[in-house]
Amino acid sequence: MIASVWSWLTDPANWRGAGGISSRLGEHLGYSAVVILIAAAIAIPLGLWSGHSGRGRWLISAANAARAVPTIGLLFATSLWLGPHVTGDLAFTVPSILVLVLLAIPPILAGAYAGVEAVDPAVRDAARGMGLTGPQVLRKVEVPLALPLLVSGLRSAVLQVVATATIAAYVGLGGLGRYLIDGLASGRYAVMAGGAVLVSGLALVADLVMAALQRLAASPGLLPPGRRKRRSDRPDAGPDPPHGTTVDVPAGQDREGSRTHRR
Amino acid sequence: MTWALDHLGVIASLTWRHTLLAGIPLLLGLLVAIPLGWVAHRVPALAPVTIVGTGLLYTIPSLALFILMPLVLGTRILDPINVVVAMTVYTVALLVRTVVDGLRSVPADVDAAATAMGFGRFRRLWQVQLPLAIPVIAAGLRVAAVSNVSIVSIASLIGVAQLGSLLTDGYNRAIAGELLTGIVAALLLALVFDLVVVGTARLLTPWRSP
Amino acid sequence: MIRFEAVTKAYADASPAVDDLTLEAPTGAITVLVGPSGCGKTTTLRMVNRMIEPTSGRITIDGVDTASMDPARLRRGIGYVIQHGGLFPHQTVERNIATVPLLLGWDRAKALSRARELIELVGLPAALGRRYPAALSGGQQQRVGVARALAADPPVMLMDEPFSAVDPVVRDQLQEEFLRLQSHLGKTILFVTHDIDEAIKLGDQVAVLRVGGRLAQLAPPAQLLAHPADDFVAGFVGRDRGYRALGFVAATLPVRPERTVALGSTVGAGEGWVLVVDDGRPLGWLDTARHPGPVDRSSLALGGTLASAGGSLRAALDAALSSPSGRGVVVDDEGRVVGTATPSDVIAAIEAQRAESAAGGGAP
Repeated sequence: MIASVWSWLTDPANWRGAGGISSRLGEHLGYSAVVILIAAAIAIPLGLWSGHSGRGRWLISAANAARAVPTIGLLFATSLWLGPHVTGDLAFTVPSILVLVLLAIPPILAGAYAGVEAVDPAVRDAARGMGLTGPQVLRKVEVPLALPLLVSGLRSAVLQVVATATIAAYVGLGGLGRYLIDGLASGRYAVMAGGAVLVSGLALVADLVMAALQRLAASPGLLPPGRRKRRSDRPDAGPDPPHGTTVDVPAGQDREGSRTHRR
Repeated sequence: MTWALDHLGVIASLTWRHTLLAGIPLLLGLLVAIPLGWVAHRVPALAPVTIVGTGLLYTIPSLALFILMPLVLGTRILDPINVVVAMTVYTVALLVRTVVDGLRSVPADVDAAATAMGFGRFRRLWQVQLPLAIPVIAAGLRVAAVSNVSIVSIASLIGVAQLGSLLTDGYNRAIAGELLTGIVAALLLALVFDLVVVGTARLLTPWRSP
Repeated sequence: MIRFEAVTKAYADASPAVDDLTLEAPTGAITVLVGPSGCGKTTTLRMVNRMIEPTSGRITIDGVDTASMDPARLRRGIGYVIQHGGLFPHQTVERNIATVPLLLGWDRAKALSRARELIELVGLPAALGRRYPAALSGGQQQRVGVARALAADPPVMLMDEPFSAVDPVVRDQLQEEFLRLQSHLGKTILFVTHDIDEAIKLGDQVAVLRVGGRLAQLAPPAQLLAHPADDFVAGFVGRDRGYRALGFVAATLPVRPERTVALGSTVGAGEGWVLVVDDGRPLGWLDTARHPGPVDRSSLALGGTLASAGGSLRAALDAALSSPSGRGVVVDDEGRVVGTATPSDVIAAIEAQRAESAAGGGAP
């Protein structure tokens, strides 16, 4: 069985042409990118605003609760109801894109909100106390500090979209999902398993790219200091060294831990 | 509404199958994640490997994982075992991190006191660390429970029957009532799963109740 | 000068946080607001830079009503230091300190060179400027917090428990340096703390607030210790206030001459306690009954605390009480022995002081 999957994947003929792997891969990436861009354009400003002002928290809860809706239910219902109102090829893509955007919004929204909300109140207080205006506090303090969590939200959304775009092939969307759905329909295991391998690979690469981006998004001050030895080190641990000496035991905050439980 | 009333028997049997397909992996996943998380917690060098490794499994899209299962297990594509194993993999991926976080949330002084009083490492895990980690583990379990119920629906695409079958059938035959019934039933089941996890956690941690 | 005129801050469905407060924080002096939690001291502080708006009343800085100013602009002209420093974790120490100068539109190079100047001023190694706050100890972060507040050289500073998050040894060190800085800079400072000892140590005047935000007493520390206005203040000031008040009274002691010996000289068994010195500076006391013969460093008993000639009665009494010989060592500014004083000498000086201030009327 593995051999047949391998030979399907490595047959150059399968990679070329309109329904070939290369173009399906391109479609899959294209849909995902468009969806993430639209969802981010909606969710990032909303999440930042909510975290900054403390208002609209119900939005976040509602978005989170909506995640319990089975994705295929949402996909089928939308294309069933919306499909007849859209003509041509768009009948297949528009409902799918819409649902994918809806699915991508909650994690991005939650990430942007949580990132701003998690900013140490003392830092925000100091910023205001020094005379930064509201928008300055958001731009110069809250957004840079929220960036790692914001990108982490984007990362969840990317995974969600790549996975669900696969399923959307069932309602007619292109992309790598076609191999899985068409293979199932025609009972050709090599095709669907080959497609499954490709989609998994794509998801993995996308996730690694996002992970790297998450790293880049964090200001160097937010990373645990390189020479830090123990997790229990805290900035207020230990006496002040006498002046003139340099500190050689940097005491850093545990950034990973601070994501789940903060002061 | 009328559709649902006319098909109560089908709905009941699909709900039961859905409960098993989502619930069994939840329990199996927890049983696997606890020792894995414990080892990762005790040997900090293993923590990133374990968490990143299981995290990578989580990136595989569900439909792809269902389809790839026969390659690994040697099963037929229609076998529900594929779904159970795949869902267990997801549950483990979500819960290992949670278990590590939970064990890390145990106050160091309590842990030290238990050690000082002569608890062995297993007794300490069972009587001190795990009970105190329940709130954090339960929070992760809630996410896993709700996500399991939602993902299992997708298995209807490969022909494994559960509430998702109402969705595919409703779509294929354009029966709005059936499709809607499937969505509502899946939502309600997710809610029940959530309540069971919350309720169990509350029963197991009487010291936290007000 | 910061002036509160009948300032009240009330929240809905609760007793007022600050109630009809009238207070003046004089220019160039440290005014400490102290009181138990819930006394509205932080609320009072935060009303000055309009982080909290008063419900009624007026706050003026050098005669200008703060309500008439744009809040952000007002704050840029007031230094603000809080507990834990509130440093921006994503910016280097230098960049943190340069925040307000940059907000004020200073040239970047000038702002950063000012930041480096301040790092030195608050006693930190210059190399820390390029590091991020997470790499600093708590005490160092607190110093950076102070440097950041000083960056644009504001005439007024607000400090909210700036030293309470660090351990006692570091806190003491930070307080000493803060006083040293203030003696050069002469800022108008409003300082909030819950620690009465800190209030007494740092304040030129201390305002004790009671729960509900009412002013219980406003007085210089010595007067607060000597004449608390009521039971609440007396209770809050705490035990030993009679003794602690001596810390604010300059010692005018009749110092007794003391025979001193150098290391290596010989003493007889009947000479009692002798003071061993090196180049006039006290090394310790020697019990000749136990160690007759040549004076050797290892046979010295631990000396007591030292009182300086111009120091306080509290230091003099402590020196006398802690000395193994019963005679407290008094030294001059160079640390050379001037003579000794016994506990009864110090008590006599205290009594003389009292008689004098009773005759002169009024507290020291």
